[in-house]
Amino acid sequence: MSQRITIDPITRLEGHGKIDILLNDAGKVDHAYFQVPELRGFERFAQGRPAEDMPQITSRICGVCPTAHHMASTKALDSLYHIDPPVAAKKIRELLYNIFFVEDHALHFFFLGGPDFVVGPTAPKAERNILGVLGKVGAEVGLKVIGVRKRLRELMTLTMGKVIHPVFGLPGGISKPITKEEQQKFIATAAEAVEFGKFCLQIFDDIVLKNKQYVEYITSEAFTHRTYYMGMVDKNNKVNFYDGDLRVVAPDGKELTKFPGHKYLDHIVEHVEPWSFMKFCYLKEIGWKGFADGPESGIFAVAPLARLNASDGMATPVAQQAYERMYATLGKKPVHHTLATHWARLIELMYAAERMQELANDPEIINPKVRTIPTQTPDEGIGVVEAPRGTLIHHYQTDDRGVITQANLIVATQNNAARIALSVDKAAKSVIIDGKADDGILNLVEMAFRAYDPCNGCATHSLPGKMPLVVRVFDAERRLVQEIRRD
Amino acid sequence: MSKPQVGFYWCAACGGCEEAVVDLNEDILKVVSAVDIVFWPVALDFKRSDVEAMADGQMAVCFINGAVRSSEQLEMAELLRRKAKTVIAFGSCSHMGGIPGLANLHGRQAMMDEAYRNVPSMAAGNTVYPQEKSDVPEGSLHLPTLWETVKTLDQVIDVDYYLPGCPPPVNLINDAVGAILSGQLPPKGTVLAPDISLCEECDRKDSKPVDLSLTEFKRPHLAESDPQKCLLAQGFLCLGAVTRKGCGSVCIKGNMPCTGCMGPTSHVVDFGAKALSAMASLAAAKEDQEIDAVMDKIVDPVGTFYRYSLPASLLHRRYQPLADGGKQS
Repeated sequence: MSQRITIDPITRLEGHGKIDILLNDAGKVDHAYFQVPELRGFERFAQGRPAEDMPQITSRICGVCPTAHHMASTKALDSLYHIDPPVAAKKIRELLYNIFFVEDHALHFFFLGGPDFVVGPTAPKAERNILGVLGKVGAEVGLKVIGVRKRLRELMTLTMGKVIHPVFGLPGGISKPITKEEQQKFIATAAEAVEFGKFCLQIFDDIVLKNKQYVEYITSEAFTHRTYYMGMVDKNNKVNFYDGDLRVVAPDGKELTKFPGHKYLDHIVEHVEPWSFMKFCYLKEIGWKGFADGPESGIFAVAPLARLNASDGMATPVAQQAYERMYATLGKKPVHHTLATHWARLIELMYAAERMQELANDPEIINPKVRTIPTQTPDEGIGVVEAPRGTLIHHYQTDDRGVITQANLIVATQNNAARIALSVDKAAKSVIIDGKADDGILNLVEMAFRAYDPCNGCATHSLPGKMPLVVRVFDAERRLVQEIRRD
Repeated sequence: MSKPQVGFYWCAACGGCEEAVVDLNEDILKVVSAVDIVFWPVALDFKRSDVEAMADGQMAVCFINGAVRSSEQLEMAELLRRKAKTVIAFGSCSHMGGIPGLANLHGRQAMMDEAYRNVPSMAAGNTVYPQEKSDVPEGSLHLPTLWETVKTLDQVIDVDYYLPGCPPPVNLINDAVGAILSGQLPPKGTVLAPDISLCEECDRKDSKPVDLSLTEFKRPHLAESDPQKCLLAQGFLCLGAVTRKGCGSVCIKGNMPCTGCMGPTSHVVDFGAKALSAMASLAAAKEDQEIDAVMDKIVDPVGTFYRYSLPASLLHRRYQPLADGGKQS
């Protein structure tokens, strides 16, 4: 007979989730379950829609990362219509995609995950938020962050039409070119983004790395799992968000496999548990061995730390320096410490800003030829990108009119789902002693998932909705013995 | 005098409406100085218990985005309705059902079958589906029941105003906040956006012929478009003529047609029916058969005309016999 602690809902993530922690009679954690309680069913209602509408329909899976779904979908349409877009279109897509990475990674650092470090994991909960971050770093810095984000999103609006739910993706290219005058704006804001990237790394250095307690959290066994890692790499095995092969490394860092995205069904399989609407992905080569880490288990991770682990480095200079420094500081590669994902995220932000600058200055991006009209009959298409939260796959089949007959969506957080479940379970077992849990302890449990920046809305193509945190402790007869409300 | 209290909440939504609020940029600092935000789960740690502890009507206004499709969301909507003097349905999903409302073309079981059985990446022979109650070695776990259909906010609670759009445009959010702070709100039930069609603010309106007639509808990926000329006049199915203005015609500025996320003007009962009849009336053909040939080029009428508004429409959902006597609907 067990006692139970329920954290419902978990907070400061995208989407709805709850954690059920089951205790034994001795008050020790038997198991903590990370549950996602909703399903929205995009795969089903995609059927019957024209394929060319999918970049706009699937972006509604997530309004925080609509650009990721829009881009994966647009690439799937290229594949569906067997068409290679003009060079300028591909470069503009990658440019906009990296701009999106800069602002999205910044959003996580300042709004969602960052408050745990910048304000502190045990800080008063009323301050553990963006306002607390602004209080800590100062209003001037706050205005700087707001200003950079605003200018980045203005550029996205300029080319993608809308920033929240873009419209510019078409099979064979994009709907609109970039003018010479517009290019100057991209160049100016890119320079600002590069400085902003360095500034964010500096904040992480000053606030996190110089704090001994935080570094101990990051490297502690409670937040560590030895698993496989997946990420997209270019020809030189450097991290790339827009295009490349998917590379998987084993817990010892050796390459397990590298494959083009359209071969995903040979490598990724989904597992269902009756207690969550979220599906759990695992590696087909290794197989599902239950919720366990290590080389025998097919569980893998995606997202910033996994991408860095699965690559041989970053393709731009400042990000590469930061990459080397992280591995030198945290020991050998791969780094298995989940909380180091926050650091990896800022290294990626740096890369995205530098890549933005390269592409903004590329003369090709003002080539007016940004579309090739499809001529072949559509049948099946697969598009893969790295979303900020990890590998994202859109796979469509259509009839010969290009109307969807089947859609499959494997999103970042599904790839991470099993490892997140492991992380929450282990963190709960490590920090909950004798069945006692206060707000600070429960926040440490939540930090185990927050590092991944999970998007449960994406993961179940579900209906995000956050509820307050209420913890109820029941005795063996299911009588309520303690209720903690985080308020 | 204490500042007015304001809440934000999301039901069945994608998070884009929250991003739209963040897109107020530095103006959000003005909002924060003029009001007390007492509930905003995406950014602040205020909890349901804080809301429960409020006096009825304590919040001056609560913005609720997202559609409603579970009892949990219904509970929150009802709670916030009690605690707020004014409730504003924020964004297309809350206003009309939104894109997730397309799930009303199918039932809950069809969604589950697709996600947990039919997709090609599913483990071979999987028979496990998520369950409302499941037994694990350490005890039992529970999941909520999803409703058979998606509902708009005003189908479950009384709504005072609507902010349309997917997501609502930043200038309209700013205007609404200004109207609330100055106490100059229009009559209850008003959609807080100009009551006139999008064509009025479109850069390309001068190229829209008065007597438009079309011999075909083109799909946007299969033909080049002139970036200066009215998209509808070029044969692309742009819904600007039947859609409320206020977004700045951003999609058209992106050289893509309007898909109608702002919904209709106040004179229209059913957006999709209005859009369908407006488009059909543009067919140059006079005989039924010829008109059919033109309209047949629109491969997905329901997804095209009801993309954001199926739950709010007169149709609401796909017809199905009510084997359960309608209990789940």
